Amino acid sequence: MITFTGVTKRYPDGTVAVHDLDLEIAAGRITVLVGPSGCGKTTTLRMVNRMIDPTSGTITVDGRDIREVDPPRLRRGIGYVIQQAGLFPHRTIIDNIATVPYLLHQDKKQARTRALELMERVGLDTALAKRYPAQLSGGQQQRVGVARALAADPPVMLMDEPFSAVDPIVRGQLQDEFLRLQSELEKTIVFVTHDIDEAVKLGHRIAVFQVGGVLAQYATPDELLANPANDFVRDFLGGDRGIRRLRFVQELDAEAAAERRAAVPEPAEPPPGGEAAAAGER
Amino acid sequence: MNAILDAIRWFFHGEQWHGTDGIPHRLSEHLWYSGLAFAITVAIALPLGLLLGHVRRGRAASFFGFSVIASANGARALPTLGLLILAVLVTSSSLVPTLIPLIVLAIPPVLVNAYTGVQQVEPGLRDAAEGMGMTGTQVLWRVEAPVALPLVLLGLRTAAIQIVSTATIAAYVGLGGLGRFIVDGLKRQEYSSTAGGAILVILLAFLIQFVFALLRRVAVSPGLRRTS
Amino acid sequence: MSAALSPVAAGDNGEPLIRWDWIGHNSDIITQALNDHLVLSIVPVVLGLVISLPIGLLCARYRWLYAPVVGLTSVLYAIPAIALFVVLVAFTGLTRTTVMIPLTLYTLSVLVPAVVDGMDSVPEHVRQAATAMGFGTLRRLVQVELPIAVPVVMAGLRVATVSNISLVSVGALIGVGGLGQLFTDGFNRDFTTPIIVGIALIIALAIAADVVLLVVQRLLTPWARAGSSRRAARRAVRAEPAMPEEAAL
Repeated sequence: MITFTGVTKRYPDGTVAVHDLDLEIAAGRITVLVGPSGCGKTTTLRMVNRMIDPTSGTITVDGRDIREVDPPRLRRGIGYVIQQAGLFPHRTIIDNIATVPYLLHQDKKQARTRALELMERVGLDTALAKRYPAQLSGGQQQRVGVARALAADPPVMLMDEPFSAVDPIVRGQLQDEFLRLQSELEKTIVFVTHDIDEAVKLGHRIAVFQVGGVLAQYATPDELLANPANDFVRDFLGGDRGIRRLRFVQELDAEAAAERRAAVPEPAEPPPGGEAAAAGER
Repeated sequence: MNAILDAIRWFFHGEQWHGTDGIPHRLSEHLWYSGLAFAITVAIALPLGLLLGHVRRGRAASFFGFSVIASANGARALPTLGLLILAVLVTSSSLVPTLIPLIVLAIPPVLVNAYTGVQQVEPGLRDAAEGMGMTGTQVLWRVEAPVALPLVLLGLRTAAIQIVSTATIAAYVGLGGLGRFIVDGLKRQEYSSTAGGAILVILLAFLIQFVFALLRRVAVSPGLRRTS
Repeated sequence: MSAALSPVAAGDNGEPLIRWDWIGHNSDIITQALNDHLVLSIVPVVLGLVISLPIGLLCARYRWLYAPVVGLTSVLYAIPAIALFVVLVAFTGLTRTTVMIPLTLYTLSVLVPAVVDGMDSVPEHVRQAATAMGFGTLRRLVQVELPIAVPVVMAGLRVATVSNISLVSVGALIGVGGLGQLFTDGFNRDFTTPIIVGIALIIALAIAADVVLLVVQRLLTPWARAGSSRRAARRAVRAEPAMPEEAAL
């Protein structure tokens, strides 16, 4: 669980990116931070792994104040996926995926074997392992980005608009596979997007931010669509018409998900041992 | 054309191949001065350039960056021959005052290319590297430096060429090396020696080009070559 | 070179580094050297520009040409000026031509990539918009693409000009060096004044030429904002000839 208590981020020039934020992010679930640009959603995300330090307030991960942890150590235990993937152009796909295990001085051979498993898991052909990022399509690069974040099996993943740089069809596929993956892995995921459709589709809970870094509403997608907290949220959802459309899309997604479950019975996979160990260490 | 043939014949005189005025000795002198100047240049400019590019944040860093680039552009205007002669006239002539202009002129390309190379690394890459838990040093060595390598090599090559060329001119103020054949030949009006020296210098320049092309092939990740 | 090796240097015998009266007495020699210097450095830049424009445009258009052309120019760039001067003496004698040919070649090695980079700096959508509005190839080139390429080409031109101004002085070793003659003259007489005057004038000339070119660029690109000058400066630094993968292999 990630907890924000009275967190404010004010920049030296006086801009308030996040204003007095209280937020609890549930373990093992996808929490989506959504809002227009400049609303502080990315700042909020980046405060979790101390890429940005808050001006005031406290953030804890599983009860531990993150200020007590050295940033590089903290970050190695938190998966991080960004827009455009941020893959290292000079490293092969397999070495990109194994970045964090290498940083943690894990056995190279083991790290590579695990990287190959992860490639399959995120739907990448392992024949691509020795290629370089520039030789992959945008969608493939994003999959590598997700695999790379998963490599050290962190209990928490931060994802900053990971699917927004690809075309709508590929985005849809990536979202579906991401949901499937998450149902197996049950990571604590903080997901930033500006796309309300994506938020409704992926989020267990959605935090809607408004400009000035104010949390406008924090609710499940159903609650959000049923009772928008204020006019800002209603407008952001696209008004009554937008809300009807989102409900409709939501139902379609639910049906599609049910069909997938019926067609392919999910194997009840035990959580990988590494995850428990990593969680225990934190 | 005959003059060039004379120069080629000059290579086959037995006397060119031994003694202090022989090709092997002059070549080794040239390589020694150039190698020394290059090593000192790299030792000063490369770490500084990488570091300045890595820091990049804050007003001081951007001021440094700006001055680095401005000074490099300015250094291009410095006339090599004038600096060499001045250095030798105002000091008692020895190896050191001759080496200083060599180094001063070679530092800017290394410094600027290392600085620009690192500084221009895509912000997303740094963000990802830091976000995955790399320390500052790890970001520099594992991400920024390898990505900047093509530009860094370009700077090193420019510096190497600059040094070999300046070392040739330095023969005019008394330095040994291949330039001796050119300068002494001009003075004695022996064109075959002058042209022979010039051909040797040209071959050396080609060799440097070749070495750097090879280095690029070996050291730069194929992932970077394909995109650039 | 025993003079060079002897410890008798200007500073040692109480002689000042610079004797101002020498400058006054020799102003005609200095002016002549300055004129020579200007001709020797500017003519190659102009020639280089005239030659590299078509070559660069061809390379931008037929991409396969670019690698071999840049390979060739960057190999030429690597050859020390003094070596080229000396080899050319066999063909063109101790003349200005001997100095200007290598400088023209160096200019090419900077400007050809600059022209190609400049054409690459034209956004594809601008090119397509021009075509869609009915511009023919030539009209599009002259009215749309070349103006947009100006900052990058000018950056290359500034690098080439400044380098040439300093390189001309090497020509003094074969007796054609503009202000460089002051260096050899000073060296032969163990006299620092002409050397310092030469260095100062060369630097001043380089700065003046750079400023002139900057002003020309401003006039040619009135739409460019203040912010673009720094970008152009950055590109100027990178305007050294690119290292082609296949060069010399």
